[in-house]
Amino acid sequence: MNPIIEVKNISKKYNITHQQGGYVALRDVLTNIAKSPFAFLKHKAKQAVGKAGKEEFWALKDINFTVEKGEAVGIIGANGAGKSTLLKILTGITPPTTGEIRMQGSVASLLEVGTGFHPELTGRENIFLNGAILGMAKKEINDKFNDIVKFSGVEKFIDTPVKRYSSGMYVRLAFSVAAHMEPDILLVDEVLAVGDAEFQKKCLGKMDEVTKQAGRTILFVSHNMGAIQKLCKKCILLDKGKIISAGQTQNVINDYLHSETGPTAAKEWPSITKAPGNDIVRLCAVRVKQEGRIIDAANIRLPVGIEMEYEVLKPGHVLIPNYHFYNEEGVYAFVVGDCDPLWQKKPRQKGRYTSTAWIPGNLLSEGILIVGAAISTMNPVIVHFYERDAVAFNVIDSFDGDSARGDYAGSIPGVVRPLLHWTTQFSDSGIKV
Amino acid sequence: MNGTKTTIIKPKKTFSWNDLKEIWQYKELLYFFTWRDLKVRYKQTVIGILWAIFQPFMTMVVFSIFFGKFAQMPSDGIPYPIFVYTGLLLWQFFSSALSETSNCLISNQAIITKVYFPRLILPISSVATKLVDFAIASVILVGLMAYYNYLPNLAGLLIIPLLLLITFMASVGLGLFLASINVKYRDVRYALPFFIQMLLFVTPVIYPASIAGKYSWILAMNPMTGVIKAARSAILGGAPINWELLAISGVTCFVLLVFGIIYFKKTERYFADIV
Repeated sequence: MNPIIEVKNISKKYNITHQQGGYVALRDVLTNIAKSPFAFLKHKAKQAVGKAGKEEFWALKDINFTVEKGEAVGIIGANGAGKSTLLKILTGITPPTTGEIRMQGSVASLLEVGTGFHPELTGRENIFLNGAILGMAKKEINDKFNDIVKFSGVEKFIDTPVKRYSSGMYVRLAFSVAAHMEPDILLVDEVLAVGDAEFQKKCLGKMDEVTKQAGRTILFVSHNMGAIQKLCKKCILLDKGKIISAGQTQNVINDYLHSETGPTAAKEWPSITKAPGNDIVRLCAVRVKQEGRIIDAANIRLPVGIEMEYEVLKPGHVLIPNYHFYNEEGVYAFVVGDCDPLWQKKPRQKGRYTSTAWIPGNLLSEGILIVGAAISTMNPVIVHFYERDAVAFNVIDSFDGDSARGDYAGSIPGVVRPLLHWTTQFSDSGIKV
Repeated sequence: MNGTKTTIIKPKKTFSWNDLKEIWQYKELLYFFTWRDLKVRYKQTVIGILWAIFQPFMTMVVFSIFFGKFAQMPSDGIPYPIFVYTGLLLWQFFSSALSETSNCLISNQAIITKVYFPRLILPISSVATKLVDFAIASVILVGLMAYYNYLPNLAGLLIIPLLLLITFMASVGLGLFLASINVKYRDVRYALPFFIQMLLFVTPVIYPASIAGKYSWILAMNPMTGVIKAARSAILGGAPINWELLAISGVTCFVLLVFGIIYFKKTERYFADIV
């Protein structure tokens, strides 16, 4: 039997234009022509013969893979590896530069929940609109309407404009519509990053059910290793537009975590204009340190410092650096925000700052911990940047008997392993032998 | 399971007949986009759908007072309000459809970057929305005729679908160009209202085409001239329909539409990347 998805030699090229602003103004183009007509003509002529010195960027290069019917395949990789570009090509949103993809059966994509939701329309109206945008026929939506409403749990507010919904209700309704699509192939981007934990679980369950029982094929892009592991037997690892590993999910995830491009103990952004951030603040570097040195492997008993270097470009904003810690399975360990009273409420001046969060020794569990770095402002909440997978480090216990492990040598579950203060009282029970 | 349907994704060609077939497959989405635009536009407004009438009506009143009464603009022997409103109806359909079409890609960018569907659906649904407005605003014309005891030429009404078709081609054709350029150069958004305002004065809406005398060929270059002239001749009587002028308008608009579609399809592949 033919594979249900066949991707052959797919490449995607972008031309990078060196400009700062979002879009080009026709005015600028026209003035450039007027100012130096010869340079413009020369450039056009060069373009015509294909010698122009424009910078090319291959977001994807020679991607080949096949997916069999009923398989769930995960796609992982660092930011900018080409995951989303690949998904956008598969959905047809943007065409490839070269290559060909063949897909058997109906295809639906879920790059975002609630695409096309209009805040002024009611829940009922949005179900129909969103369903139509996702490719459902009107009759199909009519048939499934009651199920959709029930799954979402917003029955009471179905005739209220969605702008009055809480964000949780909004996401639930949006996902509910998406979950009731019945395509042969479903392409899913990081959509589960939203919603509360309980609802995420419900969604994962629904997707699992879709592949296992209904025999549908899913291609799933995610940062959530836990979700990937739960859903997908197979996995593809992308890096700089190329497939560098493919096969059993656990092996591929290990490859990712141990690859050079996977998160390491230090990451720097030398060019401030290309660094994560906005006009107010940009990230320069994130480092994992122990005893003053950058370390990949941290001694479980010693404090670990996560250092963030950032440049404040606009004065007058209160900034709160924060870190998100999660483990290899994608389980969130904890989130910490800067609570140094000196800076917590104080608008910052322009300049370079370095903030370090100290994780006490004897708190973390063994294994790889991945750190996302962000800077936010409260009231109103603005996330200036959030760099997922910024750095990672391996926590190691040297079995000396003085950590929380004691003398036990087996594997210990849990994302934290604090060394607690124990007390034991002894009283003589009086039983005589 | 119908395993027969195969999707093939390849580097995009400029234009193929399959594109038109695809639009037909997506006709339900076309309906939903139109429905959404109509529904959303008048939500949370006090007079709701009456806005579709209010705008052309007030324009007509102001024009009648200043151009009809004070400036004594000739109107080929027809009561000036009826004369100007007939022109305004078609003009507003054209201008609002044009500006809506030009912005349709920008205003729907959230959807364009997340879901695939034939992009041509967006401009078509924009115009369809305006067609509904046109139909509603036409009611005023009937009222005006009753008020002035003016009996229209009923047989002339038969030509209206043809005139709407020409106007449709003109606004979509030009709109497709502008929409494609608008994705890359946002200047269009600022230049267009000004451009449309200028265009109003070189279209015989306020005045009859006959006013230009021997320079009427300048007006004839504007496709809307033929349409508005024909509408007045057909419904209000007076001069016979200038079929030659109308044919030129029709052909010009058709060519405009074809080039608009080709240009749109040619640039379509970049929309999701740069919008």
